[in-house]
Amino acid sequence: MIKSELVEKIAEENPHLLQRDVERIVGTIFEEITLAISSGNRVELRGFGAFSSKKREERMGRNPRTGVSVKVDRKHVPFFKTGKNLRKRLNES
Amino acid sequence: MANSTLTRMDLSEAVFSEVGLSRYESSQLVESVLNHISEALIRDEIVKISSFGTFATRNKNPRMGRNPKTGAEAEISGRRVITFRPSQLMKDRVNIGNK
Repeated sequence: MIKSELVEKIAEENPHLLQRDVERIVGTIFEEITLAISSGNRVELRGFGAFSSKKREERMGRNPRTGVSVKVDRKHVPFFKTGKNLRKRLNES
Repeated sequence: MANSTLTRMDLSEAVFSEVGLSRYESSQLVESVLNHISEALIRDEIVKISSFGTFATRNKNPRMGRNPKTGAEAEISGRRVITFRPSQLMKDRVNIGNK
């Protein structure tokens, strides 16, 4: 399922909304999540999961092609932890 | 404003101010988005949200583990888990924003 298919499904369930508005609604939700974790906050959606960012310390890495050591800078990466309820539902079927 | 936690309420508030639906309807729409994603994953579909990231499921084989408290060996059953791969755009934004 891609974003446009998600939009379509929601538009079908809400015939009173314009497809354009559904696009904005879906876009807003993902944008809010990205904004939050980009500013060091967490997004906790009970039953579904939680988005956060994790710190990765600076480390020495290797160029896999040449074998040359290179420094990999400290960075923050997005992280998603599946919620209990969804984890359970995944393993019921 | 670092270190605060957003919830469903904050997402529906954002939808509310963006589109001008009622608060109730905004929260229903947030719920509906989360439900569709969950259901697709349960059906083993990959969920790809451009410029955000990709959710997919993966099967894990059973393996032997240890109870960290007692040291007793126990089999950890096989299970299905969700993996989330953020898009390059999201990775860049999260990295820059937290610098």
